[in-house]
Amino acid sequence: MKMANEEDKILEEVTGKAYEFGFTTDIDSDKAPVGLNEDIIRLISSKKNEPSWLLDWRLKAYETWKGMTEPEWPHLSYAKPDFQAISYYAAPKAKKELTSMDEVDPELRKTMEKLGISLEEQKRLSGVAVDFVMDSVSVATSFKDKLAELGIIFCSMSEAVQEHPDLVQKYLGSVVPVRDNFYGALNSAVFTDGSFCYIPKGVRCPMELSTYFRINEAGTGQFERTLLVADEASYVSYLEGCTAPQRDENQLHAAVVELVALDDAEIKYSTVQNWYPGDAEGKGGVFNFVTKRGIAHERSKISWTQVETGSAVTWKYPSCILKGNDSVGEFYSVAVTNNMQQADTGTKMIHLGKRTRSTIISKGISAGKSQNSYRGLVQIMPNADKARNFSQCDSLLMTDQCGAHTFPYIETKNPTAKVEHEATTSKIGEDQIFYCLQRGIDEEQAISLIVNGYAKEVLNKLPMEFAVEAQKLLAISLEGSVG
Amino acid sequence: MLTIKNLHAQVDQTAILKGLDLEIAPGEVHAIMGPNGSGKSTLASVLAGREDYEVTQGSVDFDGSDLLDMDASDRAREGLFLAFQYPVEIPGVSNLNFMKAAINAQREHRGMEAISAKDFLALVKEKSALVELAGRLRDRSVNEGFSGGEKKRNEIFQMAMLEPKLAILDETDSGLDIDALRIVSQGVNAMREAGRSFLVITHYQRLLDHIVPDHVHVLSDGKIVKSGTKDLAMELEEKGYDWIKEPAV
Repeated sequence: MKMANEEDKILEEVTGKAYEFGFTTDIDSDKAPVGLNEDIIRLISSKKNEPSWLLDWRLKAYETWKGMTEPEWPHLSYAKPDFQAISYYAAPKAKKELTSMDEVDPELRKTMEKLGISLEEQKRLSGVAVDFVMDSVSVATSFKDKLAELGIIFCSMSEAVQEHPDLVQKYLGSVVPVRDNFYGALNSAVFTDGSFCYIPKGVRCPMELSTYFRINEAGTGQFERTLLVADEASYVSYLEGCTAPQRDENQLHAAVVELVALDDAEIKYSTVQNWYPGDAEGKGGVFNFVTKRGIAHERSKISWTQVETGSAVTWKYPSCILKGNDSVGEFYSVAVTNNMQQADTGTKMIHLGKRTRSTIISKGISAGKSQNSYRGLVQIMPNADKARNFSQCDSLLMTDQCGAHTFPYIETKNPTAKVEHEATTSKIGEDQIFYCLQRGIDEEQAISLIVNGYAKEVLNKLPMEFAVEAQKLLAISLEGSVG
Repeated sequence: MLTIKNLHAQVDQTAILKGLDLEIAPGEVHAIMGPNGSGKSTLASVLAGREDYEVTQGSVDFDGSDLLDMDASDRAREGLFLAFQYPVEIPGVSNLNFMKAAINAQREHRGMEAISAKDFLALVKEKSALVELAGRLRDRSVNEGFSGGEKKRNEIFQMAMLEPKLAILDETDSGLDIDALRIVSQGVNAMREAGRSFLVITHYQRLLDHIVPDHVHVLSDGKIVKSGTKDLAMELEEKGYDWIKEPAV
C-alpha cells in the first residue's frame, strides 16, 4: 500500500503548469572562451591536470571529429548547433576540497534542495550515494567511505583520472571508440567530467548509485563522460537523473556512457531524463545527443531502463554488445514527447555470443505536435547460435497532430536465431477517460492514471525512488495534452 | 432525488430522447424498460454527462442542483453513479488504485481528508464480500481480462465502494448467467436504503425478479409511454413490447 499512497500523493502534487525546475543558480563560474580548437582542448586537459595519454586521446578524437559530419538519418529536424559558439569548459570557482556536506556552497545546496535531492535527505532516507554534477565538475560525493570498504570506486571522472589512471586508461573508449559517431567523438575531445564507477570481483553493491546531472551555466554545453566497470560476478544498480533550468537558447548535451560487464556481472542502469523541452512553440530546450553502450561478457547482464520526458530533441540509443556466450541485454523505455518535442530513440542489441538473449520493451507516448520515433537494431552475428530476441514497441497517441514512428531493423546472420517483434499503436481512449470521470476522477488525473498504466511494464523496472519521480514526470509532461 | 422534465437529447444531429419526464424520490427503485433503440442507454449517458450527447431541451434536477450544469466528474462527486453496460478496461492501472483515486477525488470534493490505508482496506474487504469479488479480481488491472460477469460484478463493487446517492444500472443484467445475476442483485439489494435511489435500465424482466422495483416505466421512441408497478414488467414479459407501441385504447 505504500506505493499506492505515494502514487496518490504524486497525483495530488501535480498542479503547476510551468517547468518546475526552471531556476538558475548564481555561482561564479570559471568559463573557457567560446569556440573549439586544439588550444581549448589543451586548456581543458591542463585545467584538469590530466596525464599526457589522455590529452593525446582527446586530440586524436578532435582530429577524428573534424572529419565527421552530423548524422542526417534520424527522424528529426532542428537547426544544427554552431559548435564554435559554445564554451567547452565551465567549473564552479569554489574548488577547495570538500569533506562534509556543510562545506558545499549554500547556493548549490539550495539548488539541490529545489530538485528535491538534498544530500542529507538522500543519506537519511534512501541510502543512495549521490555524485552530484553541476556544470561539469563534481562537487560532492557521499557514502564514499562506506563504498570504499567494499573496494567500490564511485567518484567523478576527473578524480578517477588522477586516482585510478590504469582503470580509466584500460576501459575509456573501449565500448564507444573515438570514431564511433559524431557526438561521441566530440565528447571524447572535450568531456570535462562525469562519473566513474568500479565494482570489484564478486561484490554486490549494497545501494543504488545515483548521479544527478544538471546543466546550469547559460550557453555552456555539457559533455559528460561516464564509465562503469563491473568486474567478474559483481552487481550494481546505477541511477542517472537529469534536470536543466529553463533557457531560451538551445543547449547542447552530448554525453557518452560506457558500461563494461565482465563475466557473470550484472549492471542495471536507470535514467530519468527531464531536461527542459522548450516552450509550447518549440522555442528553447535541450538538444540531447547521447551515446550509451554496454559490453556484456560471458553470462553477464546489462539492463537499460529509461524514462525520457524532456529535451527539445533527443537522439539516444542505449545499446548492448552481447559479446560473451549466454549474456543478456535488456532495454526498457518510456519516451514522452509533447508540444514541439522530437525524439528518435531506441536501442541496438548486437548478438555476438552463443545463446545470447535480449528483450526490448519500448513505450512511446506522443502529445501535442510532437514526433516520437522508436529506432532499434537487432543484429544476430554468424556465431550467435540460438540467440533470441523479443521486441515490443507500443505507441500511444494523445492528439491527432502528433506522430509516432517505428523503425525496427533486424539483421540475422545465423539460422538458429529466433527474433520476435511486436508493435502496436493506439490512441488514448475517450471511453477510458469518461470511465474515470464518471467515478469522480478529473481529466488530468485520468490521463495520468491511464498513461502510467500504459507505461507500467517499464516503470516497474525502475528502483522505487525513481519510479515515483518518473510517474510524477509523466503526469507533468502530459498536462492538458489530450485533444 | 431526480426530477427530469421534458428532456430532449441528440447524438450526431439525431434526436433520441424526445420529451422524457421522470421523478425519482429518495429511496425508490425505478426500472426503465424498452425495446432496443428506444433511448434507454442514451438516457444513462445523458445523465452521466457523456460529451457526445447533446441536450437540446428540458431540465434535470439532481438533489436540488442543476445536473446538466455539472461536468461528468462533478456529477460523480455529487453522488451519481453509472454502472456501465460495457465496463472499460484500463491496462496497467490496478483496480484498487483506481478505486482509491475515485474515493479520494470524491472525499476532496466534500472537504474530507484522503482515506487512510487502513480504512481503505477495511472498506475493500467489506464491499468485495458483498459481490463475492475474489482478491485476484480486486488486485488486477481495471477490468483487464475480466469475463463479462466479472466486469459487471466489479461495477457493483465500485458502486458499493463509492456509496452514491443515485445509482444508474445500464443493462447490468446483459450477458450475466444466473449465478452472476443473483450475486449482482444481492449487491444492489444490500445497498437499498432510504437515502439512496436506483434507476435500473433493462431489456428483460428477469432482473426485476431479483431487484424488485417500486416503479416500472416503459420507454419507447424517446418518451416514457407507460408507467406502473412491478406487474407492468410481468405484462411486458408476457405480451412483448409491440403491445405497448400500439396506441393506447
